[in-house]
Amino acid sequence: MNTMPQPDQRDASLEDARLDIMLRQVWDTPRGLWGALATVDHKVIARRYIITAFVFLAFGGVLALLMRWQLARPEGQLLGPDVYNQAFTVHGTSMMFLFAVPVMEAMAVYLVPLMVGTRNIAFPRLNAFSYWMYLVGGILLWGAFIVDLGPDIGWFAYVPLAGPQYGIGKRVDIWAQMITFTEISALAVAVEIVVTVLKQRAPGMSLDRIPLFVWAMLVTSFIVILAMPAVMVASTSLILDRLVGTHFFNPAEGGDVLLWQHLFWFFGHPEVYIIFLPAVGMISAMLPAFVRRPVFGYIPMVLALVGTGILSFGLWVHHMFTTGLPRLGESFFTASSMAIAVPSGIQIFCWLATIWYGRPVYRVPFLFILAFFFTFIIGGMTGVMVASVPLDTQLHDSYFVVAHFHYVLVGGAVFPLLGAVYYWFPKFTGRMMSERIGRWVAGLLFVAFNFTFFPMHLLGLLGMPRRVYTYQTEMAWGGLNLFVSVSAVMLAAGFLLFFLDAIRSARHGEPAGDNPWGAATLEWATSSPPPSYNFARIPLVQSADPLWDAGDELPVTSGLRVDRRELLVTTVGGALPEARESSPRCSLWPLWSAIATTALLMGSIVTPWAVVWGSVPVAIALIGWFWPGGSKEDES
Amino acid sequence: MRRRILLVSAALTACSGCSGWQSALDPQGPAAASLDRLLLGFVLVLGGIWLCVMLVLAAGLWRRAAATPGTARRRSAWAVGGACAATVLVVSGLTLASYLASRAAPLGQDEPLVIRVRGLQWWWEVVYPGADGQDLVTANEIHIPVGRPVRIELSAADVIHSFWVPNLAGKQDMIPGRDNVLTFTAWEAGTYRGQCAEFCGMQHARMAFLIVAESQESFDRWRAAQEAEAAAPAGEEEARGRQVFEQKPCGACHTIRGTEARGTTGPDLTHIASRQYLAAGVLPMTRGALAAWTADPQTIKPGNNMPLVPLTAAELQAVSAWLASLR
Amino acid sequence: MRHRKALDLSALPMNGTGSASLTWWGTLAFMLIEGTGFAVVIGTYLYLVSVAPEWPLRAPLPEWGPGSGVTLLLLLSLVPNMLLSRWAAARDLRKVRLGLLLMACFGTAPLVLRAWEFAAFGVSWDSNAYGSVVWLLLGLHTTHIITDLGETYVLAALMFTRHADNPRRFGDVEDGVLYWNFVVLTWLPIYACLYGIPRL
Repeated sequence: MNTMPQPDQRDASLEDARLDIMLRQVWDTPRGLWGALATVDHKVIARRYIITAFVFLAFGGVLALLMRWQLARPEGQLLGPDVYNQAFTVHGTSMMFLFAVPVMEAMAVYLVPLMVGTRNIAFPRLNAFSYWMYLVGGILLWGAFIVDLGPDIGWFAYVPLAGPQYGIGKRVDIWAQMITFTEISALAVAVEIVVTVLKQRAPGMSLDRIPLFVWAMLVTSFIVILAMPAVMVASTSLILDRLVGTHFFNPAEGGDVLLWQHLFWFFGHPEVYIIFLPAVGMISAMLPAFVRRPVFGYIPMVLALVGTGILSFGLWVHHMFTTGLPRLGESFFTASSMAIAVPSGIQIFCWLATIWYGRPVYRVPFLFILAFFFTFIIGGMTGVMVASVPLDTQLHDSYFVVAHFHYVLVGGAVFPLLGAVYYWFPKFTGRMMSERIGRWVAGLLFVAFNFTFFPMHLLGLLGMPRRVYTYQTEMAWGGLNLFVSVSAVMLAAGFLLFFLDAIRSARHGEPAGDNPWGAATLEWATSSPPPSYNFARIPLVQSADPLWDAGDELPVTSGLRVDRRELLVTTVGGALPEARESSPRCSLWPLWSAIATTALLMGSIVTPWAVVWGSVPVAIALIGWFWPGGSKEDES
Repeated sequence: MRRRILLVSAALTACSGCSGWQSALDPQGPAAASLDRLLLGFVLVLGGIWLCVMLVLAAGLWRRAAATPGTARRRSAWAVGGACAATVLVVSGLTLASYLASRAAPLGQDEPLVIRVRGLQWWWEVVYPGADGQDLVTANEIHIPVGRPVRIELSAADVIHSFWVPNLAGKQDMIPGRDNVLTFTAWEAGTYRGQCAEFCGMQHARMAFLIVAESQESFDRWRAAQEAEAAAPAGEEEARGRQVFEQKPCGACHTIRGTEARGTTGPDLTHIASRQYLAAGVLPMTRGALAAWTADPQTIKPGNNMPLVPLTAAELQAVSAWLASLR
Repeated sequence: MRHRKALDLSALPMNGTGSASLTWWGTLAFMLIEGTGFAVVIGTYLYLVSVAPEWPLRAPLPEWGPGSGVTLLLLLSLVPNMLLSRWAAARDLRKVRLGLLLMACFGTAPLVLRAWEFAAFGVSWDSNAYGSVVWLLLGLHTTHIITDLGETYVLAALMFTRHADNPRRFGDVEDGVLYWNFVVLTWLPIYACLYGIPRL
């Protein structure tokens, strides 16, 4: 028998074992350093993304602990004002740009191709490039912080404090370029996800059969595409103001200080939903497995996701209620901010209905879902409070707001995310995480989180402003702050336990099998962890819960080539097969392009001319990237 | 849910007036009181909703009754639809309530007292416009008469600051290139603390001020005293202190009316010793504090704009004695 | 889980064109990103107009000449662009080569004229906010011309190599055509904004 694949060899006649060998030859990432740097496998890249994001979460958590130590008593002496200001800026920036958004996108990079039943994400090389850009952005921020060049202007970098006159040194420039790095990577991933979802779904996965998590990621990706350009424009204008003397934000020369806030929050508010929508998608993905029935109200759920996405662009002004904007405009934004409670409400009510008629199984991911309900709804309620213009004049920029957004982001996004890690860990690694430790993690995090952040509501009402590095002995805040700080240590212990469990389980966890939860979506139709080619044969989807409705025989398609990387392109609406499309092989060009882009962006922190000479290597790298190599993937 | 009740009861106890001189829960004027009532309303309504959702969730987890898929779908649809309708109603009601509260800007019939407050890194310049163009300039302590509306005209000299006295009113930002206004009234005599609420750089945490609300007579007395020039040195040490102050570069930044010192980048010190605090709420005003601050401002409030002016021990003694006499 | 072969796809084409191609959708997505970027900068321009006491700020009205020339050249370039698209769809290599060379010229011409357009505003980026936003808008659009032109050059070169003989290349050409249309069409609102609003 000939071991070399014939030209244009198809999978139809091959038996399973032979098919596996041939697909591995084509799809596996080569071992060794070259393979590690050149890989375009969405699972390998997503795993890196997720691990890197959790490392940044841990770093950001350490900063939070330092800040809590400083604030435990009045007139704390641990950090000076300069270090404290860097600490909260790097904490916020890191959590938003290096943890929350990337980790959600990374989960999607891993899961979306599996859930829609394809072999790799769309534009896999762009995906590799996006990871490198993200990594550099993170190293830039943290490296700067370690050498005392960390930005000290807050994660929203208000001008004029961040402008050329008051933001002296290079700290702000580093912040602004870090934005460029992370936004390029986020935008690239958004494009990949949109195209993967629209064009690479398994045949038969029409719009009404797309898993809700995939819907959530599709909407999220569109929000990324429409929101992030605003922050790119903002940070570019800021860099220009600082570097070449433009006057966008200088009121003395016709610029305007509030322009920054409009641009920033036009991105910054949708940003919250960029983090939150994937999390609700995760809940919708996990819940059915633990109540043994599909989520109630598929269409209202999808409409609620889309509605949230649209409304998220109409609320940015509620971050600016104390800036003295015209009152009529403010009232409009009060109404729109409160209106977003309606789509969020729809989703919560649908989940409640799902639970009501289901039979709950109290495994760890479900415990995190319950923790989500408890905490996120509090965050939503306080969100309604800060959406009210008059109330916001008391609450804005106080510790009440700190409490509010941690309830939304930790309760609404991190709890579902941790549940999702417990849920998909067997798919990622082939091993289960510990159920026993998991219960401790969930319980400890839930109690410690509420102990840490609930008192902050009260601190805010008692007049404690945000972002203060200390407070006087005569303020009545000492007791609550001490309680908060002690609880924060408990919270950190919970996270530490989680990390330990994850590291231990990755090596020594119980083997999981393909579908340990008995779930219905396609990622559970392949082995755990999935092979490099994801699916030996692309599944044929015939319902919204394919694995529940398929019985023990999965309908699949055949006819794809096995001598080159090939996947299936289907129509947007009905997912009817349109073409067999090749998918790129491993390449170092994304890495070279990332290095060239890094040189350009880093150079531009020092001199504007770097943009000119830096564009030459970028152009060379991009030409190398797109120049056809004459491989089988280039055939047509 | 116990925690929610805790908040409500905490809010209730706070409303009865025992939570301090910088608290939104202890309103001392109509503006803050209306916000406090709104807050209580929101907390009760939203807390109630949260409690209902939690009860439904608990019941859903508890119950074991099964229903046919058709029944389940129909009942779920009614329940979800009803809950959504209720959400719309509640949200509209709260929007209306908040709109009404923001419209009801409480203004007495009296002509408001106009005060201009300018935020700087990291202190507050306070100006009482005079009828004859002779403005009274002071810093970090704002005296107002009880019962009369006060109109604060806010501006910023460098970066964005935010003016917040939670006991009297909500906050309002001070933005370079833009002018904002905040109007409020104090019901009772008292001292209320305010603090900058928008991050404004290194010493954002140490940018506080006091509002001293007092009767019209005390206010008039205070204003007359403040309008006077600095008192002549009472003794020999004070006289030497004044001499040192004028010889050293102090006057480049500070004004002391009645002396050579005419600087305007730092706070006006004409009656510095009459204020309760030094350096925007950092130190209680004593002669020792004045000496400590003058000797080493950068250790007490790192990064602030007052440079270290080298003084001998004797000079320091004299300057602090003189400054402490400027009541 | 056992597999049951239920659908044979061996008759499908080996790559898709138009809306069946992944790169076509990718191009569309990037156009959406950049279009949003343009919209945000135009929004910034209008915002600055709304807070300014006069517009333009301490600067003469922009001269029509060079900008209108750029506009005409860009609109004119749509003709060879359309031809190129037709030739690429017909898989006619010789004509596609010609079309790409044509587009390289038609793309370079407005770029050259653009240098005069910057000067026609009589304001520098660092004189005031008006200058800043004008230069940002012009600069952003110029960057798009440059990048698309670079792509055209590379594609033209590619079409004279052994890689030309491949339907994929014609797909690349069609994506390039699509993108150039985008570059030209986004210019029109920018043109209206830069030259019309100061005259209102």
